[in-house]
Amino acid sequence: MSISKKGLLAGVATATVALVATFVAPAAYAGTSSAACANVGSGYAVQKGKTVEVFTSVVGDELTRYAAASADFTACTGIKINWNGSDQFEAQLPVRVAGGTAPDLALVPQPGLIAQMVATGKAVPAPNAVKNNINRYWSKSWRGLGSVNGTFYAAPNSANLKSLVWYSPKQFAKYGYTVPTTWTAMMAQSDKMAAAGQTAWCGGIGSGGATGWPATDWLEEVVVREAGATVYNNWINHTVKFSDAPIIHAMNTVWNWMGNSKYVGKVSTIATTSFQDAVTGIPSGKCMQLQQASFIAASLPAGSVVSPTGDAWVYYLPGINPAVTTPVEGGGEFYLAFNSNKATVEVQTYLSTPQWAVSRIKAAGSNGGWLSANSGVPSSTYSNPLDALSAKYLSDPSSTFVFDASDAMPAAIGNGAEWTGFTDWFANGTPVKTVAAKIDAAWPSASN
Amino acid sequence: MSILNRSKAPKIAEQNAGRKLFGSRGATITVWIMAVIWTIPTFGLFATSFRPKADISSTGWWNLFLHPHLTFANYSAIFSTSTVSGIPNGIWPYIVNSFVITIPAVIFPITIATMAAYCLAWVKFRGSDIIFYGIFALQIVPIQLTLVPLLNLFRSGADSGAHIGSLTLIPGLNIAGKFAGIWVPHTMFALPLAIYLLHNFIASLPRDLMEAANVDGASHFTVFRRIVLPLSIPAIAAFTIFQFLWVWNDLLVALTFTGGTEGIDPLNNKLAGLAGTWGSHWELLTSSAFIQILVPLAVFFSLQRYFVRGLLAGSVK
Amino acid sequence: MSNFWSDNLPKLGQMVAAIAIFLAVLAVIFFIAGKANGKKQRPIAILVFLGPALLLVVIGLLGPAIRTLILSFKGSASHHWVGFSNYHWLFTDPSERIVLRNTVFWILFTPIITTGLGLLLAVLLDRMRRESVAKSLIFMPMAISFVGASIVWEFVYKYANTNQPQVGLMSSIAKHLGFEPPNWLLTQPLNTFLLMVVFVWSQTGFAMVILSAAIKAVPADVMEASALDGAHGWKLFRGVTFPMVRSTFIVVLATMVVSTLKLFDIVRASTGGNFGTSVLANEMYSETFIRYDAGRGAAMAIVLFLLVIPVLVYNITNLRRERAIS
Repeated sequence: MSISKKGLLAGVATATVALVATFVAPAAYAGTSSAACANVGSGYAVQKGKTVEVFTSVVGDELTRYAAASADFTACTGIKINWNGSDQFEAQLPVRVAGGTAPDLALVPQPGLIAQMVATGKAVPAPNAVKNNINRYWSKSWRGLGSVNGTFYAAPNSANLKSLVWYSPKQFAKYGYTVPTTWTAMMAQSDKMAAAGQTAWCGGIGSGGATGWPATDWLEEVVVREAGATVYNNWINHTVKFSDAPIIHAMNTVWNWMGNSKYVGKVSTIATTSFQDAVTGIPSGKCMQLQQASFIAASLPAGSVVSPTGDAWVYYLPGINPAVTTPVEGGGEFYLAFNSNKATVEVQTYLSTPQWAVSRIKAAGSNGGWLSANSGVPSSTYSNPLDALSAKYLSDPSSTFVFDASDAMPAAIGNGAEWTGFTDWFANGTPVKTVAAKIDAAWPSASN
Repeated sequence: MSILNRSKAPKIAEQNAGRKLFGSRGATITVWIMAVIWTIPTFGLFATSFRPKADISSTGWWNLFLHPHLTFANYSAIFSTSTVSGIPNGIWPYIVNSFVITIPAVIFPITIATMAAYCLAWVKFRGSDIIFYGIFALQIVPIQLTLVPLLNLFRSGADSGAHIGSLTLIPGLNIAGKFAGIWVPHTMFALPLAIYLLHNFIASLPRDLMEAANVDGASHFTVFRRIVLPLSIPAIAAFTIFQFLWVWNDLLVALTFTGGTEGIDPLNNKLAGLAGTWGSHWELLTSSAFIQILVPLAVFFSLQRYFVRGLLAGSVK
Repeated sequence: MSNFWSDNLPKLGQMVAAIAIFLAVLAVIFFIAGKANGKKQRPIAILVFLGPALLLVVIGLLGPAIRTLILSFKGSASHHWVGFSNYHWLFTDPSERIVLRNTVFWILFTPIITTGLGLLLAVLLDRMRRESVAKSLIFMPMAISFVGASIVWEFVYKYANTNQPQVGLMSSIAKHLGFEPPNWLLTQPLNTFLLMVVFVWSQTGFAMVILSAAIKAVPADVMEASALDGAHGWKLFRGVTFPMVRSTFIVVLATMVVSTLKLFDIVRASTGGNFGTSVLANEMYSETFIRYDAGRGAAMAIVLFLLVIPVLVYNITNLRRERAIS
């Protein structure tokens, strides 16, 4: 009987297939549009009716902009891009890869996850056309982030600048505060705010299952500012441990800053405040400054004017050690392919070009929020002043660029022990050495 | 398959005598107090869905009463989805998908579970208890850990299906990314609880009723259709409500088994993305929570009438 | 609108076709199998009634469960055998011990409270008129999507810094009553109990609906006869109602134990498992899908499975006893 039961299921499946075949008309294709092709660039083969899925953690209106930005490519080549966004991306991608239903391309936000996917043997190295674009338009450090064991896999998508401090120009003007250009001046001004009874720093690291991540950014900013890029990158591969002197020193600096009740009020509140809520106090002066990347602009109260004279604006988080020139921490995402179908390669290639970056920036319009480290993008493309400012720091050849360390560390640390350890640190004021030792102990062994 | 032998279903109105007898003011008051307590958070969500974003994060929802400042913007934003939510064609196609996914994913497991529950309760055989408890225990298997093997089973192509070493137990079924690929896992996951709940109910049906039928020479199939199904309606109705709800609100199964196929996503998966990548539109989640609740609530109301006293009236000595 | 129908009619057609095929196949099987008689009748009936369920459960749940057991003895990427080291870690790591302790707390409190409240409501509802409105109000939390529920409860437990206005319900009540509210979700072990409240709130509707259906199944004449014998209130409940729904009560209780063990989204959304509130299912999720350690995640799933065994044993003894009575 069980056999005929299975037959039944197969029967349903067959009926389903038959119905699909009957009712679904082939996708309409308007034909090559020369206007669109002019925006896309040359060298793409027309492949009517092909669809390439890009799986991503981007959702909502951001995702709509990806679709809008790739419309010209579809009009020119006939290849449709299915931008499939899910807020469960990080959990779903490994499941789909292990289950044999990997997407054509995945937009991966963590270099750590790229390495993990490459280890499954299902990811494929970048094709030559993408490699050429990378060598031509991106700096060495970006190239390295998309490589695993010397093989280049994934081209970067967008970049974001983390080294920013949000403040309210109106509030600063009201109380006579100025934008600090050194760490010492920033702290001295914070002392002044505290003396005036103001909350000098806003803070919130709550983020559901990811609670703790904003605090990892704070430490990363301080590590690169005090110890420079070499120590920072050795810290990512654990040749410098959390318990080693430079990191402990940086943790103490963070604690004197964001863990200082003089500046932030009750420190433990930071652990239970969501990172989005943290920025809401800026326009009203409820709290004066917040270290957070540019995307947090979206969480400002409706009607806030984001401009150098408005309700909210940013300044560059100043350096500490003069030997480290213009330290800049950034993040970004990368396109990883799981097959080398012709259509996949064409899409992958297009997504590594300046034409794509320009189209995507234009799709964001004055809202901004998307910038590229692709050197082929003219700075005049950015119509949003905040993005223009961020792009300036990201593309400055003299700056010391480092990538978000927690995203590059193994998941057990960057998505695990570091998040929980730092949350415990802020919630209970656990001594830094205890926090550091616990994270070191959780570092995964090389073979598993 | 005839679902209900209508002549056997008693009229509902006649069954209220018992209720009247025990009608009590104290019970009514207690229930209403509890209902109000239970509704405070729900109402909070409802009120929040009508508040502007700035108010939501700066003051508690009860301030709505002190400073009434209502907006329908959160609701209209969901329906005029082209601008804000990444749902360019509006939410209607996804509502259709939700129904197409949910209705079979309710009917299949309940039918199969009722049959299994009857067998385990009344057609006993050696080992039937072990099977029953085994099925009960399988409830604990986390769905998350079944996804990878099931995906391999449902797709086609290289290495698909179920294997032990190089031995292929079941070939790939090629239903990934189709509706059948969502119905089947939902059916699998629903069975343990459904069988467990329905077994409890069906096992408690009066023995003499079954025996009388057997004496009359009715086969198990006749007994199942004529006696078990009609008498199990309250339990089936109760489970239908919950299975409907779980499938309707499910994120995980649909997300995994649609496998990136366009056009079969249910509503819930689309609404989950409303908050946006950085959670900047999370005020829309309150209104979408209420849009989503409407259908399960309607199912609840329409099945209420099957919870009636005395389907068994007269059959027990 | 014509576009809408041409897009969606095929889908609806698929659905109707699938249901029709399913029911038609069943009807045919029932018809043919019903013709069998004599000695063959019983085995055929068992095969027809139980076969489909068994097949689906074995493929969908038992198979993956065995795979999980195997993975629990392997490392994070499932490449090497590691013996019992995942289990050893789970039972010796200090933070995992807190997780195990919390899981036990949850099992001890939430199922009995939820089922008890559900029973109380079911009994009381049975005695009142126009029950459906009250019933649906209590049922509603179950229907609210989880995202919605987490937003509501965030506003109940929210705590703001001392120099700022409190927007959380409990914090502002505390302030009106004249004392300084604690940071609710940070205060151990209070926070675990606050999260339990959310579970009870959302799951009582389930217990109520199932128990209510069972109470309705108690024949009216039994109730009336007992009432005429002078049984009322508590006496009626203890002497007549409860014994009649006892087996359902145990079934709901066991179901609640299982849902409690599987629970992770309430913890995840409100504290992310921090501040000493994490439970086994949440850690299992984090290990498997966030920290990508398949071995540890699998070991946790197996421990969850073992935790159900006492419930299973209780169910077996109970069912045996009931059979002995009848």
